[in-house]
Formats: sequence, C-alpha cells, structure tokens
Amino acid sequence: MSLVSLRHPLASTSEQLRVLGQSAARRKPFVQALVESQLHPLRATGIQTLQVNVGKLCNQTCHHCHVDAGPDRREVMSRETAAACLRILDEGDIPTLDITGGAPELNPQFRYLVDGARALGRHVIDRCNLTVLLLPSQADLVDFLALRQVEVICSLPYFLADQTDAQRGAGVFDKSVEALRLLNAAGYSRPGSGLLLNLVYNPVGAFLPPAQRAIEADFRRELARRHGIVFNSLYTITNMPISRFLEFLLRSGNYDRYMDRLVNAYNPAAAAGVMCRTMLSVGWDGQLYDCDFNQMLDLPVNSGAPTHIRDFRAADLRARSITTGEHCYGCTAGAGSSCGGVTAA
Amino acid sequence: MPGYYHDHDLPHFAKIGDHAPELWRKFSEWYGAVFAEGALTEREKALIALGVAHAVQCPYCIDAYTQAALEKGSNLEQMTEAVHVASAIRGGASLVHGLQMRNVADKVSM
Repeated sequence: MSLVSLRHPLASTSEQLRVLGQSAARRKPFVQALVESQLHPLRATGIQTLQVNVGKLCNQTCHHCHVDAGPDRREVMSRETAAACLRILDEGDIPTLDITGGAPELNPQFRYLVDGARALGRHVIDRCNLTVLLLPSQADLVDFLALRQVEVICSLPYFLADQTDAQRGAGVFDKSVEALRLLNAAGYSRPGSGLLLNLVYNPVGAFLPPAQRAIEADFRRELARRHGIVFNSLYTITNMPISRFLEFLLRSGNYDRYMDRLVNAYNPAAAAGVMCRTMLSVGWDGQLYDCDFNQMLDLPVNSGAPTHIRDFRAADLRARSITTGEHCYGCTAGAGSSCGGVTAA
Repeated sequence: MPGYYHDHDLPHFAKIGDHAPELWRKFSEWYGAVFAEGALTEREKALIALGVAHAVQCPYCIDAYTQAALEKGSNLEQMTEAVHVASAIRGGASLVHGLQMRNVADKVSM
C-alpha cells in the first residue's frame, strides 16, 4: 500500500521536507555546495524535454518509489491537461516528450499523448515498469508502442530475481523478463528497427549505483546469457531520499549514513549536468516543476515564471532559476544521476 | 569488551594523520592508487578487499567493503563467494601447517 493509504506521516511532503531540513542543519546545505561550485543560482539552459507525469496510478507498489504510486492511487491527468501539454509541443520547439507515472500506460490520456506528440514529429519516451505490458487490458500495448516508434525506458534494478523482487515485489522479475522478451520480439533493440529499449538500474538499498558502464556490461552479458534478452543502454539512477525510500532509510536506521554518503560524494561536474537544467516537469494536475522529484515534494517552479501548464511561456521558463533542496544531493553524488543516467563524464 | 568498535569512528580515520601527517599523506595516496581501475577492475578489487577484510577480521573494513562491493554492482552471491575464498585460505593455511606438525613429529619420533 502507498504511504497515503497507510496514513503514514511521511505521506506528507511537509514532513519529508522537515526531515530533510534537519539534514541541512547537520551537514553542508545543498545551496552551499552549489555556491562553492559556482553554480548558484542553478539555472535552466533550455527545455529539451517535457516530462509529463500523468499520475500516481500504478499496478505495482515498489518499496523505493519516489512517487508513492500504487493501485490505490487515483490521481490521473485529465484530457484537458494532456491537451495543454500537446499544445506546448505544437507551439514550441521542445523535441522530446517523456511520459512517466505511476504506470503511465494505465492513464486514459497516455495513448492520446503519444499519438499527439508523434503526429507533431516529437520523440516520445515511455517510462515503463514492464509488468504493465502483461496486463490483459494492455495486450496491444507493445504493438502500439512499436508502431509509433516510442522509446521505452524500463525499470529493472538488477539482473537477478532476488534483488529485483526485494525492491519491486514478489514475482516482478519473472514478469519483467517476459515483458522484455515481448519487446524484443516486437523489434525493440533489434538492429535496424530504430526501436530503443533502455533499462534503468537503481540500487536495491542504501548505497550508490555502480559505474554505469560496468553495470551495463554486466546486465548485457547476464540478460543475454540467462534469458536471451537484448537492450540498447542502461542508465544508473540514485535513489532519492524522499517518499518511500526516505521511509525505508528512516525505518532501517540508514538515513544519516545515506545522507552522509550523498553529501560527501557531491560532484560539481555532476551538478553542472543535472537534468532539471534541460527539462520541465508537468504534474498530473498541470502544475509545473523543475523535476519529478520536486514534483513529489510539492516544490513547483519558483522563479517568477508561470507555474501551470495553461500559462506556459517558454521564454519565461527556459532560463529559470531552479528550486533546490537537500534531496538534490541525490542527483549530484558520484557520477551524478538523472532520468538519462549519469550526468558527469 | 562491548562497544569497542563504533560506526561513527570510521569517518575519523584521517585523525591518524594528526601526529604523522606525511605518513598519512603517503598512505592515502598509495591507498587511492591501489583501488583505482587498473589491470583489475574496481569491482574485482572491492571483492578482494572484502575477502581480505574477513581474513583480517576488521569490522571497519567489512563495513566499508560490503558497501563498496554493492556500490560496484556486486551481489550477495558474489560477495559470499569472496568471503568463502578468504575463509578457505585461512582454513587451508591452518591445515597446511599440519605438514610442519608431521615434520616435527617425524623428527622426534622413533
């Protein structure tokens, strides 16, 4: 169940921010790290990606989920808001629509968004949990995605069942393998198909990801050897100390150590390349954010620019100052972390 | 002796350099170079370190290199095998000294 359904105190973003605020009092505040790196105030350099979170509804309830998504969540994007997102793409030059959730495919507007963006010639990314592809209601989903040349970025925290199921639920690994086979069979990651199938690794616990290049090689070797699965690239993503992962950190007594690890591993090169500088995040209700993590902490864009999709003006947003907090250390530790993997060479 | 080792001690390892800064500098530089990727990968070195940590039974090292091995992408299956390697060498080292025992016994026996 989600933290919301459990009526857990950490379902409240103000409680999460309170915990993170205490961290700032005991460690170097993130803003200070930015100042020392000559990156303050952190500014966007453009909008290359419109990342639309269509809602919190999901068929899984992963233990680390920063969205606190699950089958019990009912927040979903309306047609009106989805239409506003397409209007932004139509009127501007943002090249990529990145659709996330929850399980975005379960949102009634998902296919409308995909079709609309593809008709405009935009690159479309589906952030897929894999198991959704096996739901009876989604039997035609793989073909839908393939026909429209949608890039699929799939969550798979490890190439073994124990670790994957520990994070994402019992039986998820086997279903994920089955879903990856369906994607491969539809042409994904096959030479000449143009169909991109990328994977996301994130640590199954309170530690940083390994070197992206090294773990990608492991995944490529092991998924091919054990299951005959191929993919294009693997992205490593650091677990953000918010929502369910924050609850895990506190419950397991790992919070202080994990925050120390993130703060001590602050990398100015990773900070310079954070994804919020080139993306804009849209919530299910049309609210605008600098990233999906800020979205889940109820920290909307706060640069004086419009804060809702209906008032979108690219000129006001493409060089906006970015709202930061202690959670941002999650994107700047080590080689950095983003929806596209590491941010520092 | 309960509470002899503490988690919060390890981050203060550098205090050892307070009264021998040049030795600490040399150690730190060498230590960093040892664990950098070379003919062996960083992951292989972390697994070796994990095994050695168990052989020398250093709680700080076990803590640090369990974390490091996970952060290099190793899994518990691999890490457990590394501990078995260390254990096998420790056990084997004891057992092979049985040859010394036999030599001594042979020498003093009729």
